[in-house]
Amino acid sequence: MSATTEGVLVEPASAARRRRWLDLTLSFCRRRPLGAIGAGVVIFMILVAVLAPWISPYDPLAIDFAAMLAAPSAQHWLGTDAFGRDVLSRIIYGSQTALIVGFGAAFIGSTVGAVIGVASAYFGGRIDLVIQRFMDILISFPLIILALAMVAVLGNNLPNLIAAMTVPMIPRCALVIRSSALSVREMPYVDAARALGYRHTRIILRHMLPNVMAPYLIMLTAFLGQAILLEASLSFLGLGVQEPTAAWGLMLRGAAVEFAETAPWMALFPGLAISLAVFAFNLFGDSLRDALDPKLRTG
Amino acid sequence: MNRRTLFFAAMLSAAACLFAPAGVRADEKPRSGGELIFPVPSEPPSYDAHREQTFGVIHPVAPHYNGLLRFDPTDPTGTKPVADLAESWTVSEDGLTYTFKLRQGVKFHDGNEMTSKDVKASYDKIIFPPAGVVSDRKGQYAVVKAVEAPDPYTVVFQLKWPAVSFLASLASPWNFIYRADILAKDPHWYETHINGTGPFIFVEHVKGSHWVGKKNPNYWDKGKPYLDGYRALFIKSSSAQVAAIRGERAHIQFRGFSPAERDTLKAALGDKITVAESPWDCLLLVAPNHTKKPFDDKRVRRALTLALDRYAGSKALSKIAIVKEVAGVQVPGTPYATPPEELEKLAGYGKDINAARAEAKKLLKEAGVEDLSFTFSNRGVPMPYEPVAVWLIDQWRQIGVNVKQQVVEAAAYYATLKKGDFEVAMDFQCGYTVEPDLDLYKFTSRSKNPSNYGFYEDKVLDDLYEKQSKAKSVEERKKFVRQFEKRLLDEEAHYLMTLQWHRIIPHSSKVRGWQVTPSHYLNQMLDTVWLADGPTQ
Repeated sequence: MSATTEGVLVEPASAARRRRWLDLTLSFCRRRPLGAIGAGVVIFMILVAVLAPWISPYDPLAIDFAAMLAAPSAQHWLGTDAFGRDVLSRIIYGSQTALIVGFGAAFIGSTVGAVIGVASAYFGGRIDLVIQRFMDILISFPLIILALAMVAVLGNNLPNLIAAMTVPMIPRCALVIRSSALSVREMPYVDAARALGYRHTRIILRHMLPNVMAPYLIMLTAFLGQAILLEASLSFLGLGVQEPTAAWGLMLRGAAVEFAETAPWMALFPGLAISLAVFAFNLFGDSLRDALDPKLRTG
Repeated sequence: MNRRTLFFAAMLSAAACLFAPAGVRADEKPRSGGELIFPVPSEPPSYDAHREQTFGVIHPVAPHYNGLLRFDPTDPTGTKPVADLAESWTVSEDGLTYTFKLRQGVKFHDGNEMTSKDVKASYDKIIFPPAGVVSDRKGQYAVVKAVEAPDPYTVVFQLKWPAVSFLASLASPWNFIYRADILAKDPHWYETHINGTGPFIFVEHVKGSHWVGKKNPNYWDKGKPYLDGYRALFIKSSSAQVAAIRGERAHIQFRGFSPAERDTLKAALGDKITVAESPWDCLLLVAPNHTKKPFDDKRVRRALTLALDRYAGSKALSKIAIVKEVAGVQVPGTPYATPPEELEKLAGYGKDINAARAEAKKLLKEAGVEDLSFTFSNRGVPMPYEPVAVWLIDQWRQIGVNVKQQVVEAAAYYATLKKGDFEVAMDFQCGYTVEPDLDLYKFTSRSKNPSNYGFYEDKVLDDLYEKQSKAKSVEERKKFVRQFEKRLLDEEAHYLMTLQWHRIIPHSSKVRGWQVTPSHYLNQMLDTVWLADGPTQ
């Protein structure tokens, strides 16, 4: 694993590197078609979020009482909600919220978790013991319960929501990364760096962290799906982003529940969007893990 | 069931509410027997209504008690005080002495006779509570100088100043009459025990499950109650309450359902469901914090109220939320309510919304806040806070005001309001009867009234409140109520009214003799209620 990573890092020619990436991508698509489909959906979702102002047919916040609870039609492809707002437009803009919160929480959670995991493995001894027991305490709380508690304490604006979702992810990532970092710690180049008198920070960040990138990327993609689901759950419970912001979880609550029998499209399409996004991230994450883990590598 | 059928069902039910005679029909003879079953969405914190504020006490506990007066159970406005334990009363010419003659032979459930001593002890507990005893409505009776019991069947209230609303205050559904001897021994006894003179005797309370009452065979109002008993089921979930009624395992839920829930029940059960509707004496208000800039500027506050298209909002929101009527400071249709044509003259109540919004933009420009943006603090209760907030934010967006909603968890919400830790917030008022003294008090100056969350001082408003309260005739009082309303909502725009709540009670058509009113605290004694063809199985 580390040899592969090092191989990529030492490749000098940028053209050769691009070619190699293209080969890797094509190989990934050929060997892991499900993962490739997942990656395709993720890329599509990112494009939709970025292009939302141009591709959205309506203003997602504009109330139109004349079109309240309208069924899917040529005017409103996915129907309207209880305020006459276009469901498709709100799903398109909702992808921005999902990705901002999802990427924010997953990236920060995985990165902080990785740094803690590597540091814990590097120092070992009492520091490792204290960090691991603290991580054990945090991991003993179910993801949603810890996030709920954090939101209740911090309040429910967007930065706090990301922070609340980040904290439960840190110990999960730290434990996985630590186990990989324990073997990296024993590598001769780490001993060499120590012998040269490099500072701990430099050894951890420049020599150990790059060599645990594979589990880091796997955790990151796995957390993305979880973070999107968590954001939707918190919004559904009224503790995430607030109306009138377009967010998938938010679209499932309130009137969507009350009118579930008469206007099922209000809950159906945002629910599908959440399922598809989580499924895509999970497919991609699983395939990435298979591709990067030498023990699971085939062919 | 398609949407057109549902819409038709909703229209039918609305028509039924408007034109069906309320309460007991003249051609129907009340039938005795059966057990009334009703879900209650909240549970009583204690059994003592003198100290509690929630309908969770009134709904299961009120059938065990009487008051001195009550509101006429057949009056849809819920504003006419009539005799309950009092048989008759007189008021002195100066309006300072109210003398009540009590019914004789009324027995508590433990067999003791009710006398003036009990009425005095109960009102002394409410108005002059001893140390350590909580009385939630003590402030409402500041006008009372003394309560006297000159003989066993006469009670006299001496007032400090004449108060036209005094009879309504005595008809409060919270003022249960307790036994004096018990209160003398332990003023907290009624927090955990029941012993009244009411139409039903307490059987059991299983916390988290149910409350049961059975017919009082010695009830003083001969022939009543009609029911053999009642069973209150404590069910918090709205969908579970609907399911109970839909499955015909409960007859009625007295607080109210949403329009969607009404339509679902009507569509599922057809004629087996009767829908009773009424304006609700509850209102969501918008409180601009006068201590925060630019909300100290009345031009900004006026702009915010001018932006609201209340009539279009009423038409649309009434389909998805428990709000409906466009109202001023009084529930429409009640004695002191401003007629619609006069209401239209107030800022934000005109029918020409484009002109109103143009004026709003002009006012914001004059105030130097054309790009106004603020955080709107809302209470973490979905219905109707959430839909009303979405509507408000959309309306303000149309005059270029950018608003972010911050939802504060329900338990922490009033702490936020009390601290004044907000720019603009949703506030709430709900009363047991439509009475200007009770309804307008909230809007007097902060120094007089801690529940003023606009944090303003307005001596003119305080003076108008006093004048209406001491007015000698209905017409004179109406004049002062209108002046108060104009200053509050138009000239100063201290508060913004959203839409009056709308009470929707879809109930089993078997339930008769119950009249919906603007308050979910009224008509809960159940003495007049009967079941058309026996109990639900």
